[in-house]
Amino acid sequence: MESHEQQFLILNEPMILAAMISIVVGGLSLVIGVTYFKKWGYLWREWITTVDHKKIGVMYILVALVMLFRGGVDALLMRGQTAMPENGLLDAQHYNEIFTTHGVIMILFMAMPFIIGLMNVVTPLQIGARDVAFPRLNSVSFWLFAVGAGLFNISFIIGGSPDAGWSAYFPLASLEFSPTVGNNYYAISLQIAGLGTLATGINFLVTILKMRAPGMTLMKMPMFTWSILITNVIIVFAFPVLTVALALMTMDRQFGTKFFTMQDGGMDMLWANLFWVWGHPEVYIVILPAFGIYSEIISTFARKNLFGYKSMVVSMVAISLLSFLVWAHHFYTMGQGVMVNSFFSITTMLIAVPTGVKIFNWLLTLHKGKITFTTPMLYSLAFIPIFTIGGVTGVMLAMASADYQYHNTMFLVAHFHYVLIPGTVFAVIAGFHFWFPKVFGFRLNEKLGKLAFWFITISFNVAFFPLFILGLNGMTRRMYTYSESTGYGPLNMLSFLGAVGLGIGFIILVYNLYWSIRYSPRDETGDPWDARSLEWATHGPVPFYNFARIPKINELDAFWYAKRNNKSLYDDRPIEKIHMPNNSGMPFLMSGAFFGAGFCLVFSWWIPTIIFTILIFVFMALRSFEKDHGYYVSVEEIERIERELGGEK
Amino acid sequence: MMKQLFPKQHVMGFIFSMVLSVVALAVITFDMSYKMGMAILLVTAIAQALVQLLLFMHIGESEDKGTLYTNIIYAVFVGVVTILGTLFTMIWGYQIY
Ligand code: HEM
Ligand SMILES: [Cu+2]
Repeated sequence: MESHEQQFLILNEPMILAAMISIVVGGLSLVIGVTYFKKWGYLWREWITTVDHKKIGVMYILVALVMLFRGGVDALLMRGQTAMPENGLLDAQHYNEIFTTHGVIMILFMAMPFIIGLMNVVTPLQIGARDVAFPRLNSVSFWLFAVGAGLFNISFIIGGSPDAGWSAYFPLASLEFSPTVGNNYYAISLQIAGLGTLATGINFLVTILKMRAPGMTLMKMPMFTWSILITNVIIVFAFPVLTVALALMTMDRQFGTKFFTMQDGGMDMLWANLFWVWGHPEVYIVILPAFGIYSEIISTFARKNLFGYKSMVVSMVAISLLSFLVWAHHFYTMGQGVMVNSFFSITTMLIAVPTGVKIFNWLLTLHKGKITFTTPMLYSLAFIPIFTIGGVTGVMLAMASADYQYHNTMFLVAHFHYVLIPGTVFAVIAGFHFWFPKVFGFRLNEKLGKLAFWFITISFNVAFFPLFILGLNGMTRRMYTYSESTGYGPLNMLSFLGAVGLGIGFIILVYNLYWSIRYSPRDETGDPWDARSLEWATHGPVPFYNFARIPKINELDAFWYAKRNNKSLYDDRPIEKIHMPNNSGMPFLMSGAFFGAGFCLVFSWWIPTIIFTILIFVFMALRSFEKDHGYYVSVEEIERIERELGGEK
Repeated sequence: MMKQLFPKQHVMGFIFSMVLSVVALAVITFDMSYKMGMAILLVTAIAQALVQLLLFMHIGESEDKGTLYTNIIYAVFVGVVTILGTLFTMIWGYQIY
């Protein structure tokens, strides 16, 4: 802590100063705007205190989009810096901070929340439930995540960002080699957000296992719900490892313990080990829901049943177990013996098998289908070949002896972007377009959507394919500059142009949002794509209670067959009053206390940390003495709402 | 009436888990052999896990045994893989050519 570099506010960096000023100005104008339009009450009542899974999902996605922007600016800066040899846009320290925040933000504050957002909006609807099992806990999850993301993001103006990579390897991340508060931010903000994620995992596990509509057995669940079930199983079992690892990191850095030190009985490599015990399942946490999204979209727009439903389920269950058996492939070069590396090579290649099975399932679903090329479908179709390149290079990396060549080069960077972007990012964008009308009652414009698609897909390849070649030519990752004689210049410039194209694509996407809010025709049917699963059986936008009557299911894609055969999903039960949970401001306030405690802990201000921590416990105690049994929506109220929405469906 | 309202199980669980934590702490405060210390930690850890599962998480009160056993088997699998796998990569199989 006694380092000279330590500064509270970072004022000597022009770029950071500019960012700070724009944040202050932006924040102030937001506050003034909300006050001017008298929206504080509305925000508090309808959003901040909400326990409605749909609204919580929308908030997750909103934050994820903002984080995509932040991570994207980081990416552009990095690509800008390396576009030319010996460029002076960023210095070494700055580059280190930026690739670290880019990695952390993209994975934990963009991909995860985007997926959790979609899962919040869609899963309860797909299984015909009124909400998640623990609505209040769901709100706690969201606010803990939001607070964690906020804490991580302020690091670059207050105290300095972490700079030891998103994997924060020891000994580099130890107090000795990273003396600023940056890595305290890393440990504590991920800890807080991780608690929220863990709670989400339990919540959705219970929701899917316990709250399905009558008749929906496990094997009649839509594929997206299946993928979410498996994802949450992985969350529940993988996140505790991260929790423990981060706690040990905090203790090492702030309390002088020696878990990851190089002497006194500590072991620095243990951090890498624990990190990847969590880290590899984590990549499946962000990829499995993507598989679910693609399955829904492909079968909807090929107008066919998903090919090989059972093999899809089996391969996902297999992945959920195998994903815990491969982690050491991230550090083949750390000095393990042949036995260890061969074992993990084999398990890694094994896990490619169930993934390959899925590719064939999608292809066979498309085979002889009546395909309509909507925006979500275009992303899904582009995903298949591009993701396959990512997968094949993954198998190349899986061979331990070959990995000595690829390890920590741009080849690796190209590989994981080739799986993460067509895998996760294309999927969440496709899902965003697909389910948008369900939440807001109108579709995004198709023309602009397709324009953005072409920009994003082509630019993605321009940005990342050159990195494979650069990697094979020996350019290492996390390298802030290089000399002209290396010959890396031209391909890096090409990659930079691709990154700019990606940026333009994302701007078109956001512009499409704006354009469609203003001009897009409203959808009256609630089922604009003529889709298959239950979420389309209710109105769009969905009334807060989801379904006036809970549908009865007797087959997979029951809604699709009901439409085809003119059957009803409801027998003639009358509408009954509906039990709903009350809103609460407590999750928000408690997360505020978490923020306070986290922020003070970062700077080792013990007394305020203790006070805020006590406050957290006060909120929990208050909750356990609170009597809140929710409320009922009367039959007349439901009938009135249904009539306004154009009659029950 | 008071008797029904008083959460006896939870208070007991709370006391147990405190006592177990203090006993585990003894391993570093008192001088004892490595084996002794490890034995104490292992026993208190298992007892602690049981206290949490039985008294706080009410395992066994669920109707749905299938889900319960699947979860337990899964948890044991992940736990064993993590512990043995870590020993395997970091110690047993480290730098053996
Ligand atoms: C939008 C376009 C993107 C561009 C142009 C981009 C570019 C980059 C660059 C230049 C690096 C650093 C390479 C190095 O010098 O080592 C990097 C690292 C990384 N990126 Fe991206 N990226 C993008 C999107 C994403 C997304 C969507 C994710 C995850 C979902 C992601 C995850 C990562 C991770 C985990 C790292 C490693 C950070 C580290 O080394 O600690 N990126 N990216
Ligand atoms: Cu991995």
